[in-house]
Amino acid sequence: MIPELGHFALALAVAFAFAQGIVPLWGAYRRDARLMNAAPAIAIGQLMALVVSYACLVWSALVDDFSVLNIAENSHSLKPLLYKITGTWGDHEGSTLLWCLILAGCGGAIALFGRKLPGSLRARVIGVLGATACGFELFALTASDPFTRVWPPPLDGRDMNPLLQDPGLAFHPPILYVGYVGFAVPFAFAVAALLEGRVDAAWGRWVRPWALGAWCFLTGGIALGSWWAYYELGWGGYWFWDPVENASLLPWLTGTALLHSAIVVEKREALKTWTVLLAIGTFSLSLSGTFLVRSGILNSVHSFANDPARGVFILVLLGLVIGGSLLLFAFRAPAMTGSGLFAPISREGALVLNNILLCSITAVVLTGTTYPLFADLLLNTKLSVGAPFFNATVFPLAIPVFAAMALGPMLSWKRAALWPAFRRLWWALLVALAAEMFVVLKMHALPAMAFGCAAWIICGALADVVDRARLFRVPLHDSFGRLRGMPRAAFGTTIGHAGLGVTIAGIAGMSLAVQSIVLVKPGETVHLAGYDWTLEGVRDAAGSNYSARVATIDVRRNGKLVTVLEPSLRTFPVQQMTTTEAAIETNGLRDLYAVIGGEREGSAVLRLHDNPLAPWIWFGALIMATGGMISLADRRLRIGAPARRAVPAIAARA
Amino acid sequence: MTRRRLLLLAPLGATVLAGGAFFAMLVRMTQGKFDPRGVPSMIIDKPVPPFDLPDESGAKLTNADLATGRPVLVNFFASWCEPCVEEAPVLMQMKQRGVPIYGIAYKDKPNATLGFLRGHGNPYARIAMDEPGRVAIDWGLYGVPESYLIDGQGIVRWRYVGPLTADVATTQVAGLMRKFA
Repeated sequence: MIPELGHFALALAVAFAFAQGIVPLWGAYRRDARLMNAAPAIAIGQLMALVVSYACLVWSALVDDFSVLNIAENSHSLKPLLYKITGTWGDHEGSTLLWCLILAGCGGAIALFGRKLPGSLRARVIGVLGATACGFELFALTASDPFTRVWPPPLDGRDMNPLLQDPGLAFHPPILYVGYVGFAVPFAFAVAALLEGRVDAAWGRWVRPWALGAWCFLTGGIALGSWWAYYELGWGGYWFWDPVENASLLPWLTGTALLHSAIVVEKREALKTWTVLLAIGTFSLSLSGTFLVRSGILNSVHSFANDPARGVFILVLLGLVIGGSLLLFAFRAPAMTGSGLFAPISREGALVLNNILLCSITAVVLTGTTYPLFADLLLNTKLSVGAPFFNATVFPLAIPVFAAMALGPMLSWKRAALWPAFRRLWWALLVALAAEMFVVLKMHALPAMAFGCAAWIICGALADVVDRARLFRVPLHDSFGRLRGMPRAAFGTTIGHAGLGVTIAGIAGMSLAVQSIVLVKPGETVHLAGYDWTLEGVRDAAGSNYSARVATIDVRRNGKLVTVLEPSLRTFPVQQMTTTEAAIETNGLRDLYAVIGGEREGSAVLRLHDNPLAPWIWFGALIMATGGMISLADRRLRIGAPARRAVPAIAARA
Repeated sequence: MTRRRLLLLAPLGATVLAGGAFFAMLVRMTQGKFDPRGVPSMIIDKPVPPFDLPDESGAKLTNADLATGRPVLVNFFASWCEPCVEEAPVLMQMKQRGVPIYGIAYKDKPNATLGFLRGHGNPYARIAMDEPGRVAIDWGLYGVPESYLIDGQGIVRWRYVGPLTADVATTQVAGLMRKFA
């Protein structure tokens, strides 16, 4: 009965979404306040219906209701409780429902927190979100119903892909999806602004926190996914330029550009058309990324069971959402003109440079990801584009971004000079050069350059705070007073930028990693990266739904025991799969990483890595997301934007 | 139309083109003409790589035996391969529909191969025993099971990685058999 209830709630949500897509937009068009004011209530109704629907799915998973096809194919009675819950979003149907739930949550959030928005703008934003949600919920209801029953029910389920039975990946999809779907709000704001026919500073101020929130989650989600790949796939790498990874990187890049261009709209009323296009583009990339993977077109290591027939439905939906918004953009955007003028060397100029470079990186990654497909379709040739292409194209574009990053926040609006900014950054430059020289003396050029960039960005970010507080130039007490008075958004910038510096240092460190694959008998010792790795033995161990072979490796340095690593190889009998569990010992500055491969005639194949600065990659991402969160807590956003100067009733031309 | 208007239409244009291409891919995927997961093969449209292997009765089976004047299916399999068990009924159905199938047993002991065929049925006209697995290297085998369609002149025309399904057998293989007949 519960699955039917969930199915019914989903149908109810579709009905709510349909109303939400029509009533507020019609009301805003007709200037009918009653219809516009209905928007929040409908949005909350849709959210509640989806919460009930999702709760029903979780309930079915918890009670092992294998008469539900989705549960039978992805769950198992012996599966740990945590994975029974997280398994609901581990497959195609459940993750689509989660996606819809988060989209409905965005509508609900606007309804609850958007009370200060002008009535017609709020109605239009909620309306656009409703219309989008309607399409995807219809998809969930008809083409990917998570509540389909199967008769006769199997005695037990087929279990979840063991690679996904991992705490890191369990929480990865919801965080990533909040990031993806969160960009629906800037998208809805952009479309609403096109419908209204105006974009102004207040619009920029309303859009930015939503874009920032989504960006924080997307950053966290990508980092979590990369961390999972690092410790669970056991290949020792953290980023493989896999289509699914690229699909998450693309909206992150344009989303970062959006964050920065929205500042220009907010402060200077310039770059309006561009910002609207970025908002549409970011959500379009999120949508394409999540759904093209499902259709089986993009081909990947972590992909879902896919089905081209469903793909056509999705593609039509994407066409309506993306094509419709771009059509509106093509017609309405020419009327928008920016008012703020600025010199090339200025804060605005730096932000434009940031946008150009980030969008170039996006274009390169997009080309590399989709080119093999187009080549296959048009030229009938099979080719694969891999890490060498991406490394060769992304890094040269990224280095100018890094170089400009420290300088940008130092420039003043409208018109600035480079020299005074450099003068405030001299010590950052010095540290960067020192870091570079230090590494050059020991190693290669590229990592040295990356370390230099990292030091430059971190010091440059700090220099901004030091400069604002006039540290070392006025008494310490006065400096603290200044620090306390600084807006949180400024701290957010500093922390966010410094976080990227930390990540770059981590990536540079990882490029110096040392690894070795060895075949050793118990008792034998291997020397790697200044450590002695001794295989003590290999034993059997049992888990709740798997059995494992665990190796015990003592790691010594100069005869002193550093750590004991216990990598394991897990065999899941139901899915007939094995997964590797890497053993990682970190001290914050380097990871000792060990994986056990197969066993042959009493010997075990071990892969041993020494990964310098590896944890910094994800730690830096965490710092970046924290910076975003601190910026979100800025007083300016908490207290709310001032009302528009006057609300002229420009009748919307439809 | 001003230049600005044209410029602002460009994103829509690019999206429509990309959407059209993706639509074409999806349609061709459902027809089996497009496979983004497909693994490129070096021997498509080339003659069968020369080989000389013993068959199940100890007689010789060579690449020349595959050029029979009409298209044949060559299927790499092994008794130790589980997907081959899944594929076996599909091959039996194809045999009943008159598709000549030649088997190449990959890295398998002859006795184990014959046991496998007793258990799951023998769809093959003849079977070559590639116990060392060297012939598979010449063919660029990706794994077992794997199937190739050879035309009447002994030219490799099509390759399929993984177990053949009833769907692939009725649509793609049947179509190719007609095309190269």
